[in-house]
Amino acid sequence: MRLAEHRYRTVSGIRGPLLFLEDVLSARLGELVRITDPNGQSVEGEVLKINGSQVLVQVFGDTHGLDVGRTEVAFADTVKQAPLGQGCLGRVFDGSFRPRDDLPMFVPERWAPLTGRPINPVARAHPQEFIETGLSSLDVLNTLVRGQKLPVFSCAGLPAREITEQLLRQSRLPGEGEFVLVFVAIGLTHYDYHFYQQTLEGMQSRFVAFINLADDPVVERLLAPRLGLAVAEDLAFEEGMDVLVIMSDMTNYCDALREIATAREDLPGRRGYPGYMYSDLAALYERAGRIHDRPGSVTMLPVLTMPEDDITHPIPDLTGYITEGQIVLSRELHQKGVYPPVDILPSLSRLMQHGIGEGRTRGDHRELANRLYRGYAKGRDLRRLEAVVGRDGMLAEDREMLDFADGFEREFVHQGDDRRGIGESLDVAIGLLERFREVLP
Amino acid sequence: MNGKVKGISGATVQVTLPDLQIGDRVFVGEQRLTGEVVRLDGPVATVQVFEENRGLGVHEPVVSAGGPLTVQLGPGLLGGIFDGLQRPLPGLRSTGGDFIAAGSTRLALDMERSFELKPTVRPGSDVKAWQQVGTVTEGHIDHPLFAAVPGVLSEISHGPWTLDRELGRMQDGQWLQGWHSWPVRAARPYRRKLSLSRPLVTGQRCIDLLFPLLKGGVAIIPGGFGTGKTVLEQTIAKFADVDVVVYVGCGERGNEMAGLLDEFSQLQDPRTDRPLSERTIIVANTSNMPVAARESSIFTAVTMAEYYRDLGLDVLFLADSLSRWAEALREISSALEEMPGEDGYPTYLNSRLAGFIERAGVVETMSGAEGSLSMILSVSPPGGDFSEPVTQACLRVSGALLMLDTSLAHRRHYPAINWTQSYSLYSSEAIRHFALEHARWPELRKQCRSLLQREESLREVAEVVGMEGLQESDRLVMRTAEKIRLDFLCQNSFSDDAFADPETTLTRIERLIDEHVELTARLDEGVPLSEILKEAADATG
Repeated sequence: MRLAEHRYRTVSGIRGPLLFLEDVLSARLGELVRITDPNGQSVEGEVLKINGSQVLVQVFGDTHGLDVGRTEVAFADTVKQAPLGQGCLGRVFDGSFRPRDDLPMFVPERWAPLTGRPINPVARAHPQEFIETGLSSLDVLNTLVRGQKLPVFSCAGLPAREITEQLLRQSRLPGEGEFVLVFVAIGLTHYDYHFYQQTLEGMQSRFVAFINLADDPVVERLLAPRLGLAVAEDLAFEEGMDVLVIMSDMTNYCDALREIATAREDLPGRRGYPGYMYSDLAALYERAGRIHDRPGSVTMLPVLTMPEDDITHPIPDLTGYITEGQIVLSRELHQKGVYPPVDILPSLSRLMQHGIGEGRTRGDHRELANRLYRGYAKGRDLRRLEAVVGRDGMLAEDREMLDFADGFEREFVHQGDDRRGIGESLDVAIGLLERFREVLP
Repeated sequence: MNGKVKGISGATVQVTLPDLQIGDRVFVGEQRLTGEVVRLDGPVATVQVFEENRGLGVHEPVVSAGGPLTVQLGPGLLGGIFDGLQRPLPGLRSTGGDFIAAGSTRLALDMERSFELKPTVRPGSDVKAWQQVGTVTEGHIDHPLFAAVPGVLSEISHGPWTLDRELGRMQDGQWLQGWHSWPVRAARPYRRKLSLSRPLVTGQRCIDLLFPLLKGGVAIIPGGFGTGKTVLEQTIAKFADVDVVVYVGCGERGNEMAGLLDEFSQLQDPRTDRPLSERTIIVANTSNMPVAARESSIFTAVTMAEYYRDLGLDVLFLADSLSRWAEALREISSALEEMPGEDGYPTYLNSRLAGFIERAGVVETMSGAEGSLSMILSVSPPGGDFSEPVTQACLRVSGALLMLDTSLAHRRHYPAINWTQSYSLYSSEAIRHFALEHARWPELRKQCRSLLQREESLREVAEVVGMEGLQESDRLVMRTAEKIRLDFLCQNSFSDDAFADPETTLTRIERLIDEHVELTARLDEGVPLSEILKEAADATG
């Protein structure tokens, strides 16, 4: 603890979102600073690097108006903390935790560092309670469980937004519980935001939103998810709530990370994204989970857009390596009019095995899921054959398999706006499998 | 000697502290964060900090520990769960709560746990260094205790004994300890390396029949995300025929570690009927834990693995994933502003990796026993592209490649081991060994491979002419190959089928191949395929 507040007017340079300070007596890594420009406008920042008395500060927000000489930097002697407590429920904030809904700031009950601390792996309870999303393609084949992180991989122009919104509205926890939603918008367009706004309003006060719009400061794109997750962790593990975190769009997050990394002259990796992007994303995604002997959970549904529909692009690639599966949307299915256009083959829920079966969903769930996969995978293989030799050149049973794959997409995956309970979804599967009993192993 | 923090850039910290050596352990700041000296530049030392250092300030104190980063070795490690610095995670939880705080210290070994010590030498005997002087029982193994120094033994403890008590005393007054510290980065000594000869039975049909491994060998499992690396590694960790398993979750998911811990405490070792956790050591440094500790975690783990090897045991070391380790190395190297090599990895990636992987092998231990350390390492190539530096570096120093295939995984063919591109340089030795007990092993393996290969080429033909255009004998090959894929190569890790001993593996492939031979004979007699298949279906009911 320092006895007096440190203030400096020793800015020696400003480059992008970075501020260089000289002759600083004492600073901490990650220390919060308040930067005030000659006109009295102020903005926050944090200490990135210290070299003796030279300090490098990252500015959270706009650097316009800052100068060399008159700008004042005050050191707070603490890292940036998020205000926490139930008062944040029902509120909308920006990427710096300022109210966006024209109401006064709530009175925090607690404060905690934005970055949080890692959950001790032995304290983690293995996620295994089924969440019914109402979508057959998820519930039966890519089951979501409480405490899981399951991203949606979308492509530009696909209805990721509608699906996310539907998941928000329809997801049911086992038993009576209801979700509290933490919604983090990262670089969202105003148009998309309006779309989500209606859903948020429908949730009464069971949500907290952090909105960084596309024309808001880039650095806040990096802050918004951290604020959201600090709040989510607090609501889950201190207040005992089941929290669902939706972060959209992670592609904007990663691009912001690249932008800042370049300004910091960090070594660029694949496609210019910094080499530490895996660890950085993990620090966000890994905050999902459950803890032994504590109520509450953080379940995460990040949404990202695959640039050029490429699943090997660093953003979906690193995400897939960290998260517990992925829901991949397909342009082809979308064009066929299938909604939700979930491509079952590359989609996966890693935690599904423990969340299904007797006592969780239904005894026949696993068996049905395996048969559906196997049949559909075979049908999809045969479509390639069909494209070469034509339908007539194929064996009768292969033609049947093609029909099964079509039926699977039209009747099982496609469900429009309807919500299907898990029982109903499994029954649709049984009906379909029954019709093709002859050809399905 | 006290020093001060001079500069901070992420996890690398510049300190002024005289008389440091490279590799020395230092405690940084008021929180006493653990760090390791990685560079010396006149009076300034660069320290890699292993813990979260946000909030660390300049001018905070730095203290040297007076030696390198070490791990503690002794009875009681089995069943333990540690972080990358060998701090026991259950212990950290009981003192520090559910979230990991920086600056916690905790000993790896439980100094107060009571063991029943049985001396194997009498007081008065002349004892050589590395000679066994006693035994304690640790889980399912007899854990020998060795004399660290030579001399004439004057006393030896017996009966209930704890690690904080002395093991014995020499006539010259030196006392013997039941545990010791060992530098994390240094390989443990052995008398000599022996050649590999005994198979490592994984319980996975695909591996044991097609790509068999040897004890002391190194296999790598590269695969894109969702191809089942972790499940495969964990399944092997459960069922492999070894005495001790060391499993490192290196930069991977926390929830997976939780699942692993749950399962290992519930499941039993099929060979000893004791809980699997009793033969396992887990090192967990999840992806959100500090990067530098991720880098050190595999060294911490492999040193513990070598310790059990030195007791004359068969040890299996599994790391998931080596790519995360390499990335940690890259992050550290980049923070030190070293010249980057391919894809930003430091140019010493290959040599560092080779030095680590070469710690596997079968050795004659310092006490004259035979111990083995096998490694199965997963690799996560970005974008599933196997030409990237980490996969390539691993290929050069490993003996088996079990390549996981995204398209197989999409079809839910697990384990998704690609049977055309995987290989094992250990096969001939291993097959010879299997053939001693199962004479048909080599022949059936050959047939199985050739059927799978023929299917591959027939599939290409079928894509042009259609299945209708294939000859009946070829369609029979396609049918058998499909059966091999579904009934033999596929193995569900979440069912009773998760483990197959060599006996059942052989019976299963025997049945499939013999049936194929039989049906081919019928076809040669002129019976149409449709009729043959109908008969076969009726026969199996």
